[in-house]
Amino acid sequence: MNRLRLVRRNNESWLVKVAVPIASILLAILVGWIFLAVSGYEAAETYRRMIQGAFGSPYAVSETIVKAIPLALTGLAVSIAFRMKLWNIGAEGQLYMGAFAAGGVVLLLGDWPSLPLLTLMLVAGFAAGAIWGLIPGALRAIWNVNETITTLLLNYVAIFWVSYLVFGPWKDPNAMGFPLAPRFPETAYLPAIPGSRVHVGILIAVVVAIILYMVLKYTRWGFEVRVAGESPEAARYAGMNVARNILLVMLVSGGIAGMTGMIEVSGITHRLQQDISANYGYTGIIIAWLARLNPFAILLVAFLFGALLVGGFGVQTFGIPYAIVLMLQGAVLFFLLAGEIMLKYRVTMSRED
Amino acid sequence: MKRVPVVQMDGINKWFPGVKANNNINFRVYPGEIHALLGENGAGKSTLASILAGLYRPDSGTIKVKGQPLKLRSPRLALQAGIGMIYQHFRLVNNMTVAENVMLGAKGGIRIRSDRIEQRVRDLSEQFGLAVDPHARISHLSLGEQQRVEILKMLYRGCDILIMDEPTTVLTPQEVKELFHTLRLMADQGKAVVLITHKLSEVMAIADYVTVLRRGEVVGSDHIQNLDEQTLTRMMVAREVIFPEFNRSHQLGPTVLAVSDLSVPNDRGRTAVRRANLELHEGEILAIAGVAGNGQRELVEALAGLRSASSGSIRLRGKEIRHLPIRERSAMGLTFIPEDRLGMGLVPNISVVENAMLRNYRYPENRRGLLLDYRKLEAYTRSLVDRYQVAVANIHHPVNYLSGGNLQKLLLGRELDLNPDVLVAAYPVRGLDVAAAQAVYDLMLEQRQKGTAIMLVLEDLDDIFRLADRVAVMYNGEIKAILNVRETDIDSIGALMLGAQRVGV
Repeated sequence: MNRLRLVRRNNESWLVKVAVPIASILLAILVGWIFLAVSGYEAAETYRRMIQGAFGSPYAVSETIVKAIPLALTGLAVSIAFRMKLWNIGAEGQLYMGAFAAGGVVLLLGDWPSLPLLTLMLVAGFAAGAIWGLIPGALRAIWNVNETITTLLLNYVAIFWVSYLVFGPWKDPNAMGFPLAPRFPETAYLPAIPGSRVHVGILIAVVVAIILYMVLKYTRWGFEVRVAGESPEAARYAGMNVARNILLVMLVSGGIAGMTGMIEVSGITHRLQQDISANYGYTGIIIAWLARLNPFAILLVAFLFGALLVGGFGVQTFGIPYAIVLMLQGAVLFFLLAGEIMLKYRVTMSRED
Repeated sequence: MKRVPVVQMDGINKWFPGVKANNNINFRVYPGEIHALLGENGAGKSTLASILAGLYRPDSGTIKVKGQPLKLRSPRLALQAGIGMIYQHFRLVNNMTVAENVMLGAKGGIRIRSDRIEQRVRDLSEQFGLAVDPHARISHLSLGEQQRVEILKMLYRGCDILIMDEPTTVLTPQEVKELFHTLRLMADQGKAVVLITHKLSEVMAIADYVTVLRRGEVVGSDHIQNLDEQTLTRMMVAREVIFPEFNRSHQLGPTVLAVSDLSVPNDRGRTAVRRANLELHEGEILAIAGVAGNGQRELVEALAGLRSASSGSIRLRGKEIRHLPIRERSAMGLTFIPEDRLGMGLVPNISVVENAMLRNYRYPENRRGLLLDYRKLEAYTRSLVDRYQVAVANIHHPVNYLSGGNLQKLLLGRELDLNPDVLVAAYPVRGLDVAAAQAVYDLMLEQRQKGTAIMLVLEDLDDIFRLADRVAVMYNGEIKAILNVRETDIDSIGALMLGAQRVGV
């Protein structure tokens, strides 16, 4: 009798690393195809519209980029924590706190000139996110409190805090009862490419990716983070200050997520409101893993996810229920994650005697 | 009547990366027998038992259970064949009751007949002297009681071959007695018990038959009547009696490290080292001997700064270092080679270069501006690999691909390059083949010649005679004696390791 067995790969070849994700996406498309066909929709047309919706025109591409920016930044934010095996799933809350701080700066100093105002908003966004990351970081470093739970719970605190502000103290009296904070003055808008919503955030994401890559690979601190992530025992043995590194990593991770919040309010919504984030903080986790924590791969994967989101909007107008779009997105994710196992193992046929 | 072995393992081989854990092992267990599998840590006992329990697959060899050749591909298949293993860490669900844990995973219909299960648990408890309330929650039970639940679980599944991995480490003396009583009852009713242990007193107290493993090989097996503790010690730790003489010093150099009244707790907070006193001198090798688990590990970890001592003092060249962090101790010239080479000493999954720089990445000369100077660090790694003869294909490959011997050479090289005044190493030759061990011996003797004060935890008595000037024997957390190796012999050290009172000197 022949049996299929999974055998651990000794090393991951370059070819496999590229081939497996491509095969995964093709399989997802195939499954989606069958599903659409069985449901009575025109599969080819649906896919065509999805691709057109995401890439078919300059406007489509610009919208894809607009979605990719926060996804890339939150992906980068969590990736540095994951490097040290700190499970920061609080990027969502850190993003909201960053948005809150940026909104507060505008409220207080809205009459400042644009450049100092934007700079201060960015710094405040980073700082607020960093503090929101530092709280669970400190709990973990000092009392070994599980950061998975604390970061998750702090998300709700941050989201409801922003809701409270826009329903209450910061509510715009001219918004006809809608829960919105006052619209920012134009000096508080992130500069954008004229005629599109693509703003400077794209540059910020690229710069953050480059800095993270350099820091992790070429600095003493980045080295310590990688060692502590691979083996906390070895880090302790080498005399590294693990507690201090936990704090620093959570500070940077939360800070980047907080900056994302500032970028969204300043670049897209132009005011503090509810639903600033379409679950960017959580999707960023998936993106970081799919990119295997590589900063540049995160940029690429975030772009693909942006396309998936925007392409999904495209087919809705074609009369396909949004649930099917979500299903297709789910299939892509499922196959990509399932493909991970093929990176680590190979299938062999072994003969039983 | 010719007895048929209930377990018959022939020619079992098992490799782990860099280590041959089981080398051509033949192992037989008969029904109604308590069979002790004796050996030091890393001798291959647990590997062999795990193969029998279906957890590992042997690289070669055959297994017959009750005369039937079997491929034990999973613990489930092993259980079906009647083989159950109880690990040191129990596999119980804490917030479920005893009865629920017992039936968990066992065969049965869809409907849970809890009354029947409880009755069966009670019957088994009575039959084998395993007092435990079937309604109690696991989290409310002592470790001894939890162990009884594990045994009940195996009996409920109809095991007639029970493997227990170091079952007494978590028990109080009273519980040990009760466990042995149960095991004896099981043997009397025709079941076979395999007891994995490194404690000789237990073997003498309970076993019918003993198989001794050493460095992955069977070094002997016999009825307990034909053995005594001394013979067993020799089998466990000694191999040959010819040692190359080296020039042992007759006079001790100046004291470098002085330990006085040092007490150290273990991971569970119990005292593992009790008021230890010793001095380490320039240019000497002091061996720490003892049966594993008698405080050696905790002692050296406390010296290294990885474990905090509860009282006493550690002075390095007269300066108290007990409260100093690792980094400062290391800066003062104290270096430690941990037992866990890959995981603590070296970082798996990162490259040889990055492992080689683990000590000196902080030095200003290895930096260019804000960034690490990789060109310099690579050059350093090449010279390190070259000088200590580490066989590496590519210094950018992860260290996981190195053999045990090369890992140890890389680790030792990195640490010796710091020119330490004091070198403390735990089990520096464990798991190494003869050639690699020889390389480590040579490095140690060379370092001794340079005047470094060296403390080695050794498990092999041969190694003590091969390397050490003096030997401190630990038993039950205490240093029983510190002897000059020139003036002692294997039997005296062995006796001290077993807790005998100090002899001679």
